[in-house]
Amino acid sequence: MNPTPATSTSAAFLATLRRDFLIAYKRKHDVVNPFMFFVIVVSLFPVGISPDPVKLAEIAAGVIWIAVLLASMLSMDSLYRADFEDGSLEQLLLSPHPLYFMVLAKNISHWLVSGLPVVLISPILAYMLNLPAAAYFTLLLSLLIGTPILSLLGSIAVALTVGLGSRGLILAVITLPMSVPVLIFGTLAVQASVNTMSPAGYLALMLAMLAAAISLGPLASAAALRISVD
Amino acid sequence: MSAAAIESAHNVPNADSSDGEVLLDIRDLFCERDDRILFQHLNFKLRAGEVLQVHGSNGSGKTTLLRIICGLNDSYQGAIYWQGTEVVEHIEDFYSALLYIGHRVGVSKVLTPVENLRWSCSLQRQRGDAAIYSALATVGLRGFEESQCFTLSAGQQQRVSLARLLLSDARLWILDEPFTTLDASGVEQLEGLLSKHANSGGAVLVTTHHQLQVPKLQRLSLG
Repeated sequence: MNPTPATSTSAAFLATLRRDFLIAYKRKHDVVNPFMFFVIVVSLFPVGISPDPVKLAEIAAGVIWIAVLLASMLSMDSLYRADFEDGSLEQLLLSPHPLYFMVLAKNISHWLVSGLPVVLISPILAYMLNLPAAAYFTLLLSLLIGTPILSLLGSIAVALTVGLGSRGLILAVITLPMSVPVLIFGTLAVQASVNTMSPAGYLALMLAMLAAAISLGPLASAAALRISVD
Repeated sequence: MSAAAIESAHNVPNADSSDGEVLLDIRDLFCERDDRILFQHLNFKLRAGEVLQVHGSNGSGKTTLLRIICGLNDSYQGAIYWQGTEVVEHIEDFYSALLYIGHRVGVSKVLTPVENLRWSCSLQRQRGDAAIYSALATVGLRGFEESQCFTLSAGQQQRVSLARLLLSDARLWILDEPFTTLDASGVEQLEGLLSKHANSGGAVLVTTHHQLQVPKLQRLSLG
């Protein structure tokens, strides 16, 4: 009968991370669907607009970033839904550890299985869209900074709506206004590289957004989850 | 709607008729839902060694009461004390002494019982795999340790959550309808667990329509 928590917060953090990896591994469609969506959307642009390499190079950055944004919204839905339905979310809320770290663990594992693959495949799709070689590194870097922000922001919206029966577009309505700045700076950074200017300023701003999202996002998600299970 | 009535000697504040340490102290709780008062002026104490059964008709607020005490529902007025301090002030202390099993038992369907228990233990008290396997065997799930939970029946999933009772060292158990999907032997086993927990100085708050066969049972009626 020891009243103090016997597990450290870091152990609980790692266990939650591990559990979410296991669930992602066992529910592969949740991971694969957004990834395939991203690949399909980007591959349709050359077909639908024009196979002209010059035209494609102009829109490449925007197309990839928009597809990333949509794929990220598509993937968010699975973040808390199953846990809410089977009661695991209540167990998480009733753990003696700060909810901030538990939510952060879920966000990190979610980004690693759904955001990172999209980032890694993006150079191949950029090649298909004839993105100028100078912009590859910036594209990768901007996605690497930007997709975690999208995950952390999406997490807030999903946490707010997890208790609702049918969500439909409400998720997009909540997430998009917060995500648009990421889209703007992401494409601006890549465009700057295309025009052989330095993208450092835009990337620095995105890093600032990431810092804010990591420190505040899980707090907002945690508060939203407490409201949702009420 | 009438106020809740408690069918035991200790509804008078500070009338220490039994010797157990007061673990949970509910003072003047009021809850209203959809313009309907679920309960008001609800006072009760839960002492170490007691099992308190909350009963009442459907919709009388049993689950709401349990969720309010756990802090999952904050649409109430009144105060909840854990070992003499208000719960909201020392929420970590309260949560490390609390084990809650709700209607949704907190068992992920894609994971196996062992994986589920590893995670829920890591949130409170780390237990080795040997302890987890033996707890699963005790609740009658030997041979199902590595099956994904969606292949198990509802009763077996409930038994996975009961294994958490064996693995936890939480002092307060709050159980919402834990008997619903259990068979006769499961019911008997759970009653045994409740008595054992109460005897070792713990306390249990449970809602059920089942006639509980445990010593030192207190009853609280809602509605």
